[in-house]
Parts: sequence; C-alpha cells; structure tokens
Amino acid sequence: MRDVAVVGIGIMKWGELWRKSFRDIFTEAALNALDDAGLDKIDSLIVGCMSGGLFVGQEHVGAILADYIGQKNIPAARVESACASGGLAFRQAYIEVASGMSDIVMAGGVEKMTDVSGDGATYALATAADQDYEVFHGVTFPGLYAMMARAYMKKYKTTRKQLSAVPVKAHKNGSMNPFAQYPFPIKLEDVANGVKVADPLHILDCSPITDGAAAAILTTVDIAKKMKKPYVRITGTGMATDTIALPQRESLTWLKSTELAGKRALKMAGRKITDMDMVEVHDCFSIAEIIVTESLGIFKKGEGAKAAARGVTALDGKIPVNPSGGLKSKGHPVGATGIGQVVEIVKQLRGDAENGRQIKGNPKVGMTQNMGGSGASAVVHILEVA
Amino acid sequence: MVGIVGYGAMIPRHRIKVEEIAKVWGADAPSYKKGLMLWQKSVPTPDVDTITLSVEATKNAIKRAQINPKDIGAVYVGSESHPYAVKPSGTTVAEAIGAVPDCHCADFEFACKAGSEAMFVCLGLVKSGYMKYALAVGGDTSQGAPGDALEYSASAGAAAFIMGKTNLIAEALETYSFMTDTPDFWRREHEFYPQHGGRFTGEPAYFRTVTGAAMGIMNKAKMKPKDFKYVIFHQPNGKFPLRVGKMLGFTKKQIEPGWLTPRLGNTYSGSSPLGLTSTLDISKPGDMILMISYGSGAGSDAFVWRVTDRIKEARDLAVHTTTLLDKNQIFVDYGTYAKYRHKILKNK
Amino acid sequence: MFPSRIWREMPQRYRLEAAVCKKCGKRYYPPRLVCAECGGRQFDTYVLPEEGKLLTFTVIRTPASQFSDLAPYAMGIIKFDDGLQMMGQIADCDIDKLKIGQKMRLEFRKIQTDDTHGVLSYAYKFIPKWY
Repeated sequence: MRDVAVVGIGIMKWGELWRKSFRDIFTEAALNALDDAGLDKIDSLIVGCMSGGLFVGQEHVGAILADYIGQKNIPAARVESACASGGLAFRQAYIEVASGMSDIVMAGGVEKMTDVSGDGATYALATAADQDYEVFHGVTFPGLYAMMARAYMKKYKTTRKQLSAVPVKAHKNGSMNPFAQYPFPIKLEDVANGVKVADPLHILDCSPITDGAAAAILTTVDIAKKMKKPYVRITGTGMATDTIALPQRESLTWLKSTELAGKRALKMAGRKITDMDMVEVHDCFSIAEIIVTESLGIFKKGEGAKAAARGVTALDGKIPVNPSGGLKSKGHPVGATGIGQVVEIVKQLRGDAENGRQIKGNPKVGMTQNMGGSGASAVVHILEVA
Repeated sequence: MVGIVGYGAMIPRHRIKVEEIAKVWGADAPSYKKGLMLWQKSVPTPDVDTITLSVEATKNAIKRAQINPKDIGAVYVGSESHPYAVKPSGTTVAEAIGAVPDCHCADFEFACKAGSEAMFVCLGLVKSGYMKYALAVGGDTSQGAPGDALEYSASAGAAAFIMGKTNLIAEALETYSFMTDTPDFWRREHEFYPQHGGRFTGEPAYFRTVTGAAMGIMNKAKMKPKDFKYVIFHQPNGKFPLRVGKMLGFTKKQIEPGWLTPRLGNTYSGSSPLGLTSTLDISKPGDMILMISYGSGAGSDAFVWRVTDRIKEARDLAVHTTTLLDKNQIFVDYGTYAKYRHKILKNK
Repeated sequence: MFPSRIWREMPQRYRLEAAVCKKCGKRYYPPRLVCAECGGRQFDTYVLPEEGKLLTFTVIRTPASQFSDLAPYAMGIIKFDDGLQMMGQIADCDIDKLKIGQKMRLEFRKIQTDDTHGVLSYAYKFIPKWY
C-alpha cells in the first residue's frame, strides 16, 4: 500500500443556504479544495451523502456532482453510511489511492437538508435507525440519544451542568470558526432552559439541520512532496459497525463500533490515544461526545462528562475536543460532517485555524471520529504532520 | 350443554366527566347526570380502537379459558366502529391470538347488539358440533356528534367470550331474539357521526324491544324475574336499564353488578357483554343470569346463563372488569378528548 | 406504508414471536436467519413474555407527523426476563413519574394509521404495570 496524504481541503460557510442548491454547495467546497491543492483535475471522486433521495429527491449523486464540479467523465461514486457517509468517503478515497488504483482522488461530503419541511428532515434522518423495530414505534434521532443519555446519567450520576458543558464548549470554539452555522457563544443556563426535544435532551444538546459541503484531495505522499504544497499524512483508518437497533446493543452507555474503529485506526498508525494533540468527534448530541470520548479511550468509563465540565476538552485543555465547534456549533450537514472534521484537523496540523482557534504548541497528530445512526457505524482517521 | 369457557374485558384508562362536556356546550351538567344517570365515560386514546380493545379482551378470555387458541374455529367481532369500512377486524384479532388459518371469521354490525349476536352465533356453531370453540367479541370506540346527547355517553370498551362445550364457566340454558325494523338510530355510509330519533329511541324502540325479548325468553324458559340472581340489560345510559328492569319486575340489586354505564358510558356493542363480565366476576356457582342486549334498528338477543363451579378458579385468571373500570383512571379535558377523537380539523 | 411491509412483520409484532438458535441457544427479537453468535441457521420460535423492566426511556416532544396526536409521548427500551430487549412506546403513563427499573406490561395498540386511507399498523406498547 502507498502512503497517502491530504493536499487540499475545501469548505464553505455552513447554514440554512436558501439561495444555494445541492449541486451549488458541493461545487463551492470542491472548487475550494482544488484551489487549495493547486489542481484542476482529479482522477476520481468519492462523495458521502446520506440521503440525496429524501432531502432533494436526487440519487445518482456521483455522476451529477462530478459533472458540476467540472470533472465530467471521471469515475465517481456516492457512498452512504448515514451520518458517517463523509468519513466513509474519506476512507474509500484513502483505499483507492493507497491501493494504486488512482493517484488523485477527491473525497467529498454534501447534504442539502433545508429543501424539506422539519417533518421531512425528521423522517429522512430516522432512516438511519431500524425502520421496522425503532422508527416504526415513533422514535426520533434525538429520542435514541436521549435514551442513551438517560441510561448514562443514571449510571454515572451525571448532572445537567456536566452535560451542558459540552455544547457550551462547542459554541465557544465555533464562535471562532468563520464557516460555522452558529458561531456564537452560549451559557450553561441557556442549555438547561432551552426547549425540551427528547428528555433529558434540550434543543441546545442537539446539532442543527444544516446545508453544507466539504472536500479533501488525497494523493500519495510521493506526489504530495512533488507538488510543493503543505500536506498532511493519513496514517490510520479504522471502521467498525454494531447493531443498528439500540435495544440489541450490549450496552446503552458504550459505543462499541467507535471503540473498535478507534483501536483499528490507532493500531494502523502505530499510535496510542494519548498521542493525539486534538480530536474532532461526532457530537451530534451532547451525550454522544461524552460516550465517544470514553469509547475512544480518551477518558475512563463515566469520566467523559466530568472531564468536559472541568475544561479538559477545551481548546486550551489537556486534549482539545472539537476545536472546530463540532457538529453542534459548526453544523451537521450529515453527509458532509466527516469531511468537515478532516478539514479542521488538516487546518490545525498546518497551523491554519482561524480567529484564535489554532491549538498552541504546533499540534502534530490528530484524530477524526465520524458516526452513523445511533452509533452503528463509526469511522476513525489519524492525521499527522508531514 | 354449550356455554362460556372463558370471558375477558378491556376498558381504556382515560375518562372524561360529564361536566367537561357540558361546560363546552353550555349544558347543565347536574341535570344531565340526573336525567341520564351518567357521570363519566371512557375515552380511547388515538392508539386504541375496536381491534386493539378486542385483542386485549380476547387475551383475557383465553387466560380464563386456558385453551389453545388454535382450537378456536370462529372469530366474530361485533362493532359499529370497525376501524375499516372494508377489511375485517376479526382477522387482526385472530392473527394476534394465533387462531389462524383454520378459522372462520366475520365482522358483525347491528348497532349496540353486534357483540351479543356474535355470542348467539358462536353458541349455535359450537352446539351444532361444527367447531370446538368459537370466539365472540363485542367492542366499540363509538362516537357521538359534538354537542349531541350521545356525546355524553358514547364510550369505548370490549368484552370477549369463548364458547365451548366442556369446562364451562356458565351454561347457556336458553336463547331468544326479538327483532323488528325500527329506525331509531342509524349512520349512513360515509357519515362520521350517527343520527337518532330523540325520544323515539325510548318507548317504541328500546323499551318495546327489550321487554319483548325479556318476556319472550322467560316464557320460553318458564322463568320469572325472581328466578334470576342477576340481570343485565343494554345500557345506552344509566337510566334506561333501571327503568326497564323495574317495568319487568327486577330489583336494582339484581341489576347493579352489571350496571356499568354511569361510570363507563355506553360502550355500544360492548355494553351488555361487559355487564356480563363484571357480573360473572362476582357470581357464585348455580347463579342464574339473564342478559338482554339491544341494538337500534332494532333487536334484542336474550340469554339465560347458569354459572358453574368453574367460576371459582376462572375468575381470577384475568383482570376483573371493575378493576379496569374503577382503578388507575386518567381524566382528560375536552380539548384533549377532542384531539384524541379527531374532532379537531388539522392541516394534512 | 405498503401493505406487504406490515403483513410480513405480523408474527413478531402481533404475537411477539422471537427466535432461539437451535445450536447455541442465543435468543433474538426480531427473529433472524443466521445466529450472530455461532452462525447457526436453524431456530425455534418462542413467544416473548408480556412483561418486562424499563431499562431507559425518553419523552418525544417533536415527533414525526404520524405521531403528533400523541405528543408528548414516552418511549423506552424494556428488558425481558430472558435477557431480550425491545423498544416501544410507553402509553397511559404520567411522563413525569417514569423510572428506570419500573415494571412494564405489554398491550396491543395501533401504532400507525398511514393518514386516513392506508393500512393500519398494530403492535405492542408498554404500559406501567398497575394490576
């Protein structure tokens, strides 16, 4: 296998983009990535998109996007793993380059979520859960994570304040991210006083509905060196799955797929979790970040919420989690989220993070963790400086 | 001898008080309560319908019958609120209890006596030897038009009876039906709420038919009111069954165990069948029970039951009807009731 | 919902039929074609008990439109004595009084109506045990 690098990243301002279509937003991110890499041609496109069919009635996503980004006739495919579609696209692009099949591959992610009603979005997102044995009975995505939160909080005696620390930290980081959907700080009491969505989760425990896209250009380390552009190495990739239905899991307070994907990526990179200078994780809900940080081994079981409340995961903490603002503040255009995480880690490793968000001390290694559904799919990547 | 092998009831937990309904329509609650002898009624939540009530009542009947549902040869659900206009309720009940596929199935409709006519037919089929057991269910989630007198009474509940020849809880000693064409209450196809003939539903309809059936069966059985420990009449409100009982020479004491309507409302096809379940719950071996249903249109089915020794072991094998009726109630206001009963116009 | 989709699930939704692997004894609800533990492909059918304990729960306040008349409604995961777990709605309860560990009884209910014209879907909901 060949060593693989990221030589270009592209993102755009995420949010409710009423004036921009599905193809527009992806094109914007893709062109930014091409410009960043100084390229005008790619060999192949792999794009993560959870539900073009339900959000904009558009399947056959690979072909239409390849054409509209100016790369007509190349091989192009859409991959799907619910909210982990972006991470999966990055992994498939990695495999394509590492295998020698292609030299320059774009890994993209896109979701246009506001061209349907709130009800339509709820329906589309719920397709990531077990249709016949969860969604059929009336559960929503906040509902699934709320059930995990209830079990976790009871087991570890977590307080409302500890849970609230996660979105408060996310918004603080996101307030420094010019591409974030909600770039403003919030207070602990704002979270507790927000509208209830699915008890014990309130509105500010939940990531928003977002239009957004992101792209990364992958090539071999050898080619990257010749391009004379700053690049970042991909040293580990790991993916794992679990039962899609929450009631069939061994534990409601643990994410087995995240644990396994993390271990696989770390093993491949020859790294330990303590080597990470920062991580971007899938905080679709406040409770998700807490359980993810434990399942990755960053914190011991039951310590994630307490650590967040103590500031351990803050930008200047021992292990910064979601310097970008996370899904909570930056936004969660489901198919694009995994690539958005890569964009942030690449920026941090290049020392390019905007507005005082840059982690001090020249970070050298970072991790992304992207998750689908209530955690049935997890994709983890390790990125390192050249 | 044929009779009841198992019986079971189901009543939704939600209730609305007469005062809540009267308040909305500017009616005088005390006079309604006194005039109709009606205090509250059961309310089905949006996830409850005739099918779900029938399945739960049937499961209770199976618990008391202690039989294999595969041996049930017929499933008849009687209701005026079958969830489908076309597609049987009984197939879902049969599927849910595991009586399929060796089973005959039909839905019955005859206003408030659809349940008792299912009982009548089941007794006949078992008696003829066509099948070992037959299941009859009477259940409704009936609707009264907003502001109509029926809105104070139309309620929800179901009772199920498994008829057989052995291990009987109650023997059917006699049956009789009385029937004429009397249009006192009806609902035309595609209409949401029923219509009725006001005071015409009384003397020429309910009272004539119920007394006709009662006298007919007592003649046939050579029995008098005093020969019965208990009597159950159809109960469109609390007052009619007491009055018809008095007309026929029955005491309030004979009526009371099956007189559920004041705190339940009129469960239509479930009305006299539910009265029979609550009466069986407290009866003793050897007790004679007279049951007279009434369905507008109009007819009555009459039954003479004799309770057997098996009642002592069977009655506690499933929940008692008065437990469902009087315990763990959830009272709702008119707005919630209107939402639950789809009386509010919403955007599609 | 197209009727075949509802019809095919009836054994497990109407009668709570679960499967137990003939080779290793692992239990499944809903039933499966291959055992995730031992790879066994033969199963016996058995019926779940109608009581379980509440493992976790939530209150859904922003449901999909087909459930809007019930909102806010509780949902939870219950655990049966044999270890199997199941997700469902918790009906007829005081949403402020639910507790993890509470005993639940299963009751047959209408789950979805497919607007005013489609096939009705039935299955079990959980009710706090009260008798």
